[in-house]
Amino acid sequence: MCRRNGVTVYMYGGRAARLQGEGSMTRRNQSDGLDIPGRIKARPVHRPGSLVAGIIVALLALMLVDGMVTNKQFDWPIVWKYLFNEHVLNGIGWTLVLTVTSMLIAIVLAIVLAVMRKSVNAVLRGVSWFWIWFFRGTPIYTQLVFWGLFAVLVPKLTLGVPFTDIHFWQMDTAQLNKVIAPGFLAAMIGLALNESAYLAEIVRAGLEAVDPGQAEAAQALGMPHSMIMRRVVLPQAMRIIVPPTGNEVISMLKTTSLVSAVPFSLELQFATDAISHRIYKPIPLLIVACIWYLVITSVLMVVQAWLERYFGKGFNASRAADTVEGLRTDGHASFDDDVKKKAEHVGFLGLNA
Amino acid sequence: MTSENEAILNDEISTSIGAGVGVADGVQPDGGAGTATQASAKAASDVPAVKATGVHKAFGGLHVLKGIDMTVEPGTVTVILGPSGSGKSTFLRLINQLETITAGSIEINGELIGFKHVNKGGRDVLQTLNDREIGRQRAELGMVFQRFNLFPHRTALQNVMEAPVHVAKTPKAKARAEAMAQLERVGMADRANYYPMQLSGGQQQRVAIARALAMHPKIMLFDEPTSALDPELVGEVLGVMRTLADAGMTMIVVTHEIGFAREVADQVVFMDGGVVVERGSSSIIDHPAEPRFQDFLSNVL
Ligand SMILES: Nc1ncnc2c1ncn2[C@@H]1O[C@H](COP(=O)(O)OP(=O)(O)OP(=O)(O)O)[C@@H](O)[C@H]1O
Ligand SMILES: [Mg+2]
Repeated sequence: MCRRNGVTVYMYGGRAARLQGEGSMTRRNQSDGLDIPGRIKARPVHRPGSLVAGIIVALLALMLVDGMVTNKQFDWPIVWKYLFNEHVLNGIGWTLVLTVTSMLIAIVLAIVLAVMRKSVNAVLRGVSWFWIWFFRGTPIYTQLVFWGLFAVLVPKLTLGVPFTDIHFWQMDTAQLNKVIAPGFLAAMIGLALNESAYLAEIVRAGLEAVDPGQAEAAQALGMPHSMIMRRVVLPQAMRIIVPPTGNEVISMLKTTSLVSAVPFSLELQFATDAISHRIYKPIPLLIVACIWYLVITSVLMVVQAWLERYFGKGFNASRAADTVEGLRTDGHASFDDDVKKKAEHVGFLGLNA
Repeated sequence: MTSENEAILNDEISTSIGAGVGVADGVQPDGGAGTATQASAKAASDVPAVKATGVHKAFGGLHVLKGIDMTVEPGTVTVILGPSGSGKSTFLRLINQLETITAGSIEINGELIGFKHVNKGGRDVLQTLNDREIGRQRAELGMVFQRFNLFPHRTALQNVMEAPVHVAKTPKAKARAEAMAQLERVGMADRANYYPMQLSGGQQQRVAIARALAMHPKIMLFDEPTSALDPELVGEVLGVMRTLADAGMTMIVVTHEIGFAREVADQVVFMDGGVVVERGSSSIIDHPAEPRFQDFLSNVL
């Protein structure tokens, strides 16, 4: 009886939320503004199990925090002392520069690779496939060591006619190592090429998710292929590409801590390591690094949420109930997907705000 | 059925469909490319808006169109009827070059589409047109799709402005004014700033018609424009199409709306199994001669 009422309430709440494009399927019946006489107010089902579990988890969390605060090894005074240390702040700067530049290069490469992957030309398809196979198939650490040794492998870079002795320009590869900062180019390229392979698959999935009817309509309007890609397909694919790319950026942020393999010795992890070796206190400096990585990640999450909203334009718009059918036949994300996405979105913003 | 294919395109094209397909039988290499050449020598106003001659289309081993001939005079409405899978959409898509023709020829306002004749060592061969040339030919045509295919990330107004601004390079302010006029024409001006998903199916389709009209096409192609709509929304779209027809637009309409065909069509074409089974004025709907057409009508009506 009580349960049956519960279900009824849920359905009312859900339906009302849907019609208003509210999104979440929670029991919003009190706040939906609808004047429905005889609204059911039933007590929820008691779930003692979940209450007990909640208490246990809360206790464990409390113990953890207590342990972290009281454990002398964490050495919080040292953490505060070095949190804004000049070398640490410098390290953050380099970490950010590496993340942003290698990510930008990777995004451009990934779009090229994804388009090549769908090309009619078998050579382009093959090269794209091989690139992705290679860079995904070998460890990033190994790749970074390799780029560090590039100058040994290829001592001179030349520009000329291939397979002949004619060249117009040449330079020592070792000189490249000094550009910007020692090891920077190798680190950036190593990270970018590796990342491009992962992103290419994300971009490809995004492109394939766009209804082919979109490109056809654009073609029928006389748009050339490049314009269709730029103005019709990519903007819609972005909606699918952005969320996993956000994850990739966050993952890239942390992968920069591996560039000591090149070696590149200015980023955050290396900077905190260097200090901890000097003062023989590894744990507080690891915490310093963690705090900063967390801070940057949080900022990135806000940016991602903003981007998702931007590219969701036209998809998230609240809509009248009678277009739900049109939605389905149109081949776009189903209504329920949108609702789910939106619910996540809301929770997500709440988390950051 | 292929006996009258004088203008079948040469082997260059037919090879693309593979040897096992029946079309190859009908191909006469260097046969009579003459028809197209004569027509493209810009005749006067009596040139048909669309002239399809012996059109074949095969997808892999699937022979979908088996020699379609059709002439559409300027300012007239042609309605194509036919059961599902008879190749109606394929025929429209060939006219708009969304698919490549396998054999035969299509001329728009007297100009061969998709190819041009070039003289190679005294031999007349067909050369595929490049993207820009195809784009120019497409500009003569507007197409409306069954599932609207509006750009979901742009508002109704932006959808209509898209091609004028970015393809025809019309200045933005002018394009906006013209787009508003087109939206007005289909009764959607008050929804200009809505995204497609905020519009009903019928409203979306009317915006799609405005979008196609914005490029000032001489011929409009409609592929089952009302099939994805709830019954009560069909009327508003047919109404817009009727106004267009009254204004003298040349139209080819694939539809199952027999009432619309009877009322608006100057020519009715019934297709089945990739061939034209019967054609005539709209009166053939009430007096079908062919048994297959009779069957079809009794099922639809
Ligand atoms: N791109 C394609 N590849 C392979 N086969 C296709 C393709 N497009 C259409 N066909 C086939 O061609 C045949 C005719 O299709 P078409 O869409 O032209 O039919 P139709 O008359 O428009 O039917 P409907 O009324 O269902 O829209 C069908 O058998 C279809 O499966
Ligand atoms: Mg069809």
